Amino acid sequence: MSEWTEIVDYFRGRSMWMLHYCTGCGAIELPPTMTSRWDMERFGITPMATPRQADILLITGYLAIKTLKRVIYTYEQMQAPKWVLGFGSCTINGGIYWDSYNVIERLDKYIPVDIYIAGCMPRPEAILDAFVKLKEMVQMGEAKGYEKYVKNYDWYKANQDKVLKRTSPVLKEIEKVTKIG
Amino acid sequence: MVIVEFLIKLSQGFGIGALALATGLLFGGIGRKIMARIQRRYGPPFTQNFMDLFKLLSKGSVSHGWAFDLGLVAGFAPMLAALMFLPIGPFTLLPSDSSLIMIVYLMMMAYLGMAMGVLASGNPNSAIGMSRALMLMVGYEVPFAAVIFSVYLFSKTGYLTQIVTQQAGGFMNWNIVKMPLGFLATEIALQGMLGEKPFDQAIAPAEIASGPMVELGGKYLGFGMIQHSVGLFLETGIVVDLFLGGAPNFWIFIAKQFVLYFIVILVDAILPRLRIHEATSFFWKLPLFLGILQAVIVIIQGGVLNV
Ligand code: SF4
Repeated sequence: MSEWTEIVDYFRGRSMWMLHYCTGCGAIELPPTMTSRWDMERFGITPMATPRQADILLITGYLAIKTLKRVIYTYEQMQAPKWVLGFGSCTINGGIYWDSYNVIERLDKYIPVDIYIAGCMPRPEAILDAFVKLKEMVQMGEAKGYEKYVKNYDWYKANQDKVLKRTSPVLKEIEKVTKIG
Repeated sequence: MVIVEFLIKLSQGFGIGALALATGLLFGGIGRKIMARIQRRYGPPFTQNFMDLFKLLSKGSVSHGWAFDLGLVAGFAPMLAALMFLPIGPFTLLPSDSSLIMIVYLMMMAYLGMAMGVLASGNPNSAIGMSRALMLMVGYEVPFAAVIFSVYLFSKTGYLTQIVTQQAGGFMNWNIVKMPLGFLATEIALQGMLGEKPFDQAIAPAEIASGPMVELGGKYLGFGMIQHSVGLFLETGIVVDLFLGGAPNFWIFIAKQFVLYFIVILVDAILPRLRIHEATSFFWKLPLFLGILQAVIVIIQGGVLNV
């Protein structure tokens, strides 16, 4: 049985499809990573269009609280072996938005992050380095963030609720205020 | 004895299916590599599609109801059935004297089955994608039908094996020489059948999030990939049988198929995507004109020869 798991892990590492959630500045480093200059397809990593098809969720940069909600939806729509890469210092400690009122500081309080890529912003070499590292981790059977999420769902959910509460409308009788005429 | 024969046919059928799948996946992988080289990239290894398929089948997946499951099966089964009528090299599993019509019919059924499945997911993107795929089908099936009509008139049979034997005896006997306009129309229609640029409106990834595949994940997407690969084998295979004189053995058959696919890839690499109504109206202009012209030529030739 363990041999079978090893084989499966090997192929999972050789073929990882990526969904990039480009909210932050980091999106601009992805086109050179995908195209002729750095060509990430040679590692079997291809951009995909929807969360259902993807294995990697790449969060490029800061997340406002409202976008965090969408990221969590996206993450939960992905299928079982799935990994998250936090890209840029904004996902690690808030980066230059560390004292902003509507930006989260640490991504792994809300969804399990397998690898962080430090830098503001990381170069394509750093992204490729992270992909290769992730491939090694997957093939060794170490990247188990998605299992952690299921096991510690209470903790993650509590953290998520704590910040998502702040996205509810501030005004009480909102229809009355926004009504024209 | 009947039982034994049936079992032999059954296992041969599975064998052909597996062979078609493996060839299709290999073609896909080589196609990705060629595309990468055209774009001056290194590209994935040519076995990448096998690894992708393995990974997809090992992933978890969600269903969107029984119509979704059934639709995928209904999309794949006709393809597999059509393979049984296709002369692959010298070998045909189920010889039938109307195999040409049978294959064309089953190929269309496959798309309708797929439409049922992906529409059951209820995602608006898949509805848009599927409507585009069907629009496109209306586009390329018309010139393709004109070509099939001329082949029928020319060979006076719908039995593919016989069409292949009529072309035996060297390059000058191939239908590509005898009906060059028809071949051209088919080649353009093939581009649409395989959904490569400029006719990839149905699965426009940046535009409608990969269209029909938007809700497919894990094993379902793997199934979609199997379907695409078998379809690739089938659609290039039928053109080889119709125009390139079939093949004396399996390897030459694959080589001829690959030549066709190579042309498709090259066109795919240099052209951008058309809008859907542009694509459909294009199919109804140039390829349809070529197809009808070919049919007229065949009719006139037949009339002259018969006199
Ligand atoms: S880490 Fe730097 S580059 Fe990345 S999103 Fe934050 S501020 Fe922008």
